[in-house]
Amino acid sequence: MAVEHPVTTPSGDQTRIHNIGYRSYDGPRLGRAYARRSLYSQSLRGAYGLGRSVKSKVLPMLLFVVMCVPAAIMVAVAVVTKAKELPLDYTRYAIVMQAVISLYVASQAPQSVSRDLRFKTVPLYFSRPIETADYVRAKFAALASALFVLTAAPLLVLYVGALLAKLDFADQTKGFAQGLVSVALLSLLLAGLGLVIASVTPRRGFGIAAVIAVLTISYGAVSTLQAIADAQNSSGAIPWIGLFSPITLIDGVQSAFLGASSAFPGGIGPSNGEGVVYVLVTLGLIAACYGLLMRRYRKVGL
Amino acid sequence: MVRVTTFYNVTVIATESLSKRFPRVTALDRLSVDVGPGVTGLVGANGAGKSTLIKILLGLSPASEGRAEVLGLDVATKGADIRERVGYMPEHDCLPPDVSATEFVVHMARMSGLPPTAARERTADTLRHVGLYEERYRPIGGYSTGMKQRVKLAQALVHDPKLVFLDEPTNGLDPVGRDEMLGLIRRIHTDFGISVLVTSHLLGELERTCDHVVVIDGGKLLRSSSTTDFTQTTTTLAIEVTDTDEHPDGTRAMRDALLARGADLQDGATGLPGAGHVLLLTAQGEETYDLVRDVVADLGLGLVRMEQRRHHISEVFTTDTDHDASRKEAVGHGS
Repeated sequence: MAVEHPVTTPSGDQTRIHNIGYRSYDGPRLGRAYARRSLYSQSLRGAYGLGRSVKSKVLPMLLFVVMCVPAAIMVAVAVVTKAKELPLDYTRYAIVMQAVISLYVASQAPQSVSRDLRFKTVPLYFSRPIETADYVRAKFAALASALFVLTAAPLLVLYVGALLAKLDFADQTKGFAQGLVSVALLSLLLAGLGLVIASVTPRRGFGIAAVIAVLTISYGAVSTLQAIADAQNSSGAIPWIGLFSPITLIDGVQSAFLGASSAFPGGIGPSNGEGVVYVLVTLGLIAACYGLLMRRYRKVGL
Repeated sequence: MVRVTTFYNVTVIATESLSKRFPRVTALDRLSVDVGPGVTGLVGANGAGKSTLIKILLGLSPASEGRAEVLGLDVATKGADIRERVGYMPEHDCLPPDVSATEFVVHMARMSGLPPTAARERTADTLRHVGLYEERYRPIGGYSTGMKQRVKLAQALVHDPKLVFLDEPTNGLDPVGRDEMLGLIRRIHTDFGISVLVTSHLLGELERTCDHVVVIDGGKLLRSSSTTDFTQTTTTLAIEVTDTDEHPDGTRAMRDALLARGADLQDGATGLPGAGHVLLLTAQGEETYDLVRDVVADLGLGLVRMEQRRHHISEVFTTDTDHDASRKEAVGHGS
């Protein structure tokens, strides 16, 4: 790289090109897949405020710490009391900490896509080798990965702690694996929902409010209806009501297939048959989010 | 250091009866034009189809009919390849305020396929070439309009494209910033060896900057020819003479004498209101200059001024609009 000479231009004559000369670029151009990976890594780093201002690092880092601290405490308790098992299942952890996760999605989904819309950076991306699908996939994958890091890190803390406390290895490993599958599904689902909502508005504030509203209102409404159904002894309806909010959806999937105890009222999770419906709805929702994002960005274009 | 453009006889952009129809408007109507290397101006009023044309040329929007090639690549099938070799500076604001120019341009370089190290080196080079120095480490939000335009230009040049599309690069700039930007555009070709397609609705700007001008209106080609063709087909002479005792109104006497000798006065026998003492005369060749000399000498007047006036593109533009039938067909340039 040429060394920059001290510049002695009078103000107002800044366009003068110093006698360093223009050098053309003959090196490799790595194309579309590389550009997509670059956008992915930039968005993933951005989801934790890396490469951005100090101010934007505060919230994601804080939420990350808040997610991990309870896990560390549980591990400490288990080690000290020489408990036979962890106070909380791996699969239950994300359900218990759902408020923190929702807050993270609400703050980072708009950060990821609303900024590009608001500052009209999107056309610059599409004037480069990438296509609509590359942009959507990179953003989707980045937020899902960021969420996975957020939700899997405390599970890892629990697992390592459990092994240090000399709990049963096979048992813990199975629980940890089930927990990872569960949070992976949760990450994909919440990333999809968050991005779809955020991509509608260029205003970050609206995006944040809308994501929080959708996640908490749906969970609140579903829980209330389930409680009413439970009180009226129509417990058959409880699993079906659970289909209508993202958190209860994941709860249902893991109660049916991942050995989790259900958080539904009365502890009645969906049966295996109902569980299949839960899995299909979850995967369907993730696919629908991807489809909606594609449709949205085909319009935004240049 | 001048990089010699080696592709003579090569058209950078070629369109063939390119049309783009939306349900309610026809944005481009059978546009056929060839653009060679160099700086080419794309002129048209707002809504003339300039931005639509750029979108099609970037392979982002399919044409309704006709075809187009950029750098010899078909826009319909080779969009991604074209976008790897072409830079684009949008008309609107497109910069996030909370990152520095360096970070932003590095990211955009990587989006164009440059490996990380090359992206950083090219960013430093390019920002210096567009005239951004220490301020490039500060967040873009604090930049002036002129500086933001430079960042936008830098992100279009950072991957060393063969061709850049600049959409209204002088928008929102003050006269000084405008001149600097135009100078920079000129250098993109002369110093960097990159061909330029620059749009503007201001004709005077392009006259100074471009080798070639394409005028479109309502999605149709009005004219495509080199800037010298536009401005030097005819020359106007501006003449000013003194008054003498013999001829108290020297201008009047000069005008009558010239008309008597069959000269082609552009402002007719009476002169334009407010034109004062300036006579405008169409020069047909060397003999017109001799005629003026002889007439001045015969009348015994003093010749204060005789200068060539270049036509402005705007004059050509307006006459061509009036005579739509005499519209020129696409004239290749650089061949």
